[in-house]
Amino acid sequence: MTRQQVLDLYFLAARHQLIEIAAFLDRVDRAEGEADFRLGAFAAALRCLQEAPPGERATAVLMALSDPTTEPLPKAPGKGAVGAWSGQRLAA
Amino acid sequence: MRYIEPHAHMVSRVTDDYAAMVTAGCAAVCEPAFWAGFDRGSPQAFHDYFCQLTEYEPRRAAKFGLPHFCWLCLNPKEAEDPGFAREVLALIPQFLDRPNVLGIGEIGLNKNSRNELQVLEWHVDLAARTGQLILVHTPHLEDKFKGTRLTLDVLRADSRIRPERVIIDHVEEHTVKMVLDAGFWAGMTLYPETKCTPARAIDILERYGPERLWLNSACDWGVSEPLVVARTTLEMRRRGWSAEAVDRVIYQNPLRFLSQCPRFKLP
Repeated sequence: MTRQQVLDLYFLAARHQLIEIAAFLDRVDRAEGEADFRLGAFAAALRCLQEAPPGERATAVLMALSDPTTEPLPKAPGKGAVGAWSGQRLAA
Repeated sequence: MRYIEPHAHMVSRVTDDYAAMVTAGCAAVCEPAFWAGFDRGSPQAFHDYFCQLTEYEPRRAAKFGLPHFCWLCLNPKEAEDPGFAREVLALIPQFLDRPNVLGIGEIGLNKNSRNELQVLEWHVDLAARTGQLILVHTPHLEDKFKGTRLTLDVLRADSRIRPERVIIDHVEEHTVKMVLDAGFWAGMTLYPETKCTPARAIDILERYGPERLWLNSACDWGVSEPLVVARTTLEMRRRGWSAEAVDRVIYQNPLRFLSQCPRFKLP
């Protein structure tokens, strides 16, 4: 596809998603109380949109939200995932 | 249009989904063993589940003319108790010769713990000893990258495992390359909120080529869409894909991988 075709197919959807992100951050701003680690991880992922090499933005965003460690955990801390790594490097 | 749904948890779906899938062109459905949303209370519960996957569910699908196949295992979400896992794994061999069983899956990791890793190794050993295909689940969200790396380490450490007989599922942009570079097949799951969207999955196909990739809905009891593979073909056609290129990804690729199991036969 040409860039023009990509814009024709996807610009409105991307615009919609971008405004959703902006509104989400405004909603967080208006809310009270402390945010947990997910907000910081989200901000770091947003920076990837500007800083990642062309063609690598999706990978960079996913990596910004991923656990980069290599050692298995001593025990599973429950079953669920929350979408961002807490940054805790659990002791073996 | 024809397609194979290579990953769907039909025991969690209503019968209307079977009718809709067949209407959309589904030629076969494959159901990996999965977590019920709660931990099963005994190994006997898994025995009953394996009977459901190999006896009842194929009959339900057959009412709509849809061939139903399955994969057997203890899923990673219930792998934190190695003693329990041992008992469940001991049940599996008696089911492996049933006519709709494709292999061992979906095995893998959930939170990347040592016990999960141990149980993954036991499953890989079982598949190697019995000559089964393997379907691997990779973890969710923040755990996927690490879990995919750990899984590849386990598979590559076992010289009996042939990468072309293993599919590693739920890849995304940050994990697809390492899976394909290691010679394995890769599955992309199309979910509304997590994993891949149709547009991103097609991006990955256009970037890496269709050689060892397939698409699936992984529809279950959660937020998921049984017809999403069929719907994704609309996106492919909007991008200018030919009918032949679409057919290769949604029909011929799963057919090629799954046909390595002699029990996978379509009418």
